[in-house]
Amino acid sequence: MATTEEIRAQLAELVNEVAGVPVEDVQLDKSFVDDLDVDSLAMVEILVGCEEKFGVTIPDEESKNLKTVGDAVAYIESHS
Amino acid sequence: MTDIVITGLGATTPLGGDLASTWAGMLAGRSGVRAITEEWAEDLPVKIAAFAAVDPAEVTDRVKARRLDRSTQLALIAAQEAWTDAGFDWDGEEGDQVDPYRLIVSLASGIGGLHSLLNNWDVQRDKGYRRVSPFTIPMLMANAPAANVGIQVHAKGGVHTPVSACASSNEAIALAMDQLRLGRADLAVVGGTEATIHPLPIAAFGQMQALSRRNDDPEGASRPWDRGRDGFVMGEGSAVMVIETLENARARGARIYGTLVGSGITADSHDIVQPDPTGEGQFGAMRKAIADAGLSASDIRHVNAHGTSTPQGDLTEAASIRQGLGDAVDGCVVTSTKSMTGHLLGGAGALETIAAVMALHDRVVPPTINLDDPEPDLGIDIAANVARPLPAGDLAAVNNSFGFGGANVAVVVTNANQTS
Repeated sequence: MATTEEIRAQLAELVNEVAGVPVEDVQLDKSFVDDLDVDSLAMVEILVGCEEKFGVTIPDEESKNLKTVGDAVAYIESHS
Repeated sequence: MTDIVITGLGATTPLGGDLASTWAGMLAGRSGVRAITEEWAEDLPVKIAAFAAVDPAEVTDRVKARRLDRSTQLALIAAQEAWTDAGFDWDGEEGDQVDPYRLIVSLASGIGGLHSLLNNWDVQRDKGYRRVSPFTIPMLMANAPAANVGIQVHAKGGVHTPVSACASSNEAIALAMDQLRLGRADLAVVGGTEATIHPLPIAAFGQMQALSRRNDDPEGASRPWDRGRDGFVMGEGSAVMVIETLENARARGARIYGTLVGSGITADSHDIVQPDPTGEGQFGAMRKAIADAGLSASDIRHVNAHGTSTPQGDLTEAASIRQGLGDAVDGCVVTSTKSMTGHLLGGAGALETIAAVMALHDRVVPPTINLDDPEPDLGIDIAANVARPLPAGDLAAVNNSFGFGGANVAVVVTNANQTS
């Protein structure tokens, strides 16, 4: 089982790849939209990337609840 | 009628990653065609193409490139060169250089974001719908190149994408010219782009028997008017110009390459792919363009032909040029730069209009290479194999572009208003 920090670090790499956000900016308290300037289409790509990377399923209706990096990490921790 | 002048030029083509290298390649008679060494071509009857000399993905920001079809990447590279060449800052803020509501974009593609469409279908078929990129639609839509250029230069006066197959970007130029003449804008970014070197279009054009199969001699494959020609060579790339009213150009002290003086558009209404063998639509477009320019045929000293290197098309066009110019054909130097660049489809018209502008500007017509054994009795004076100088004085040139669907678009340029 990966630690919270390991999941955050892998997610940060994904956010960097998709949206060009520096990995060090991708911290648990950051909002994807408001702080990291990730648009809605990039968000879809990031969540699908999470499914691939962490072996979780993130239904479309769940994705709107994942507003911060911390939200996404917690979802991955509890579903993988 | 107000003069529309050309103040910025840019291109990324099989001959080079910018206009300077492209133009130098044309004057030197260099071929941009090469063998397709990728595995996918192994089973295809056609294994040659004219790839962009500089891979756009290598000069596009990595994150941006993920969201942009190859055709849009090429268009942005050419547009950046043209916009900068016109004296503007590519990364400028809205309103600090141009009134955004007086700036339009008219930038075409013949086919659209083909790689994005087909690659995402591959992903969906192999891995399921969930892996399809959410950027697929804004990448594949035909107006994506124009829209992305428009966003970059803050064009709010309108963003247009006329689609008429291989006449598309000449039509884009004609459309923008009309908008400026009507006073609806002061400035326009115009051109075309195409990126369709992919197994499907190679197979599909190949099935039409439209492509050259001279696989053992890529550089000799595009040979307009030569008796050994056997079809066109698919090329990719983009060419873009900045055009504006003379008044606008003078007010801002812009350098002027030449003047866009006329355009003529006709439709064959004959067959979905074959040109009307009478050439009526083709020479009709030339005559309309010359009349629109207020010129007569004897003013036309150069024609950049559509000249794709197909067996029938080249003959029909030679006859159309004779008809379009009448007796004045004797004083006119004809060339097909597709002999070097291959056929950029929706990007061809803009690239070849720029070649015509540069020919008048530098007073030299680039050659038609591989013309070793010309068809007899063509009745046109072709700059065979070596560049041909043009005389001093006032010069006018026509660029022809013809497209499937029967679209014929001729554009006339002159060296009037030129500044050094």
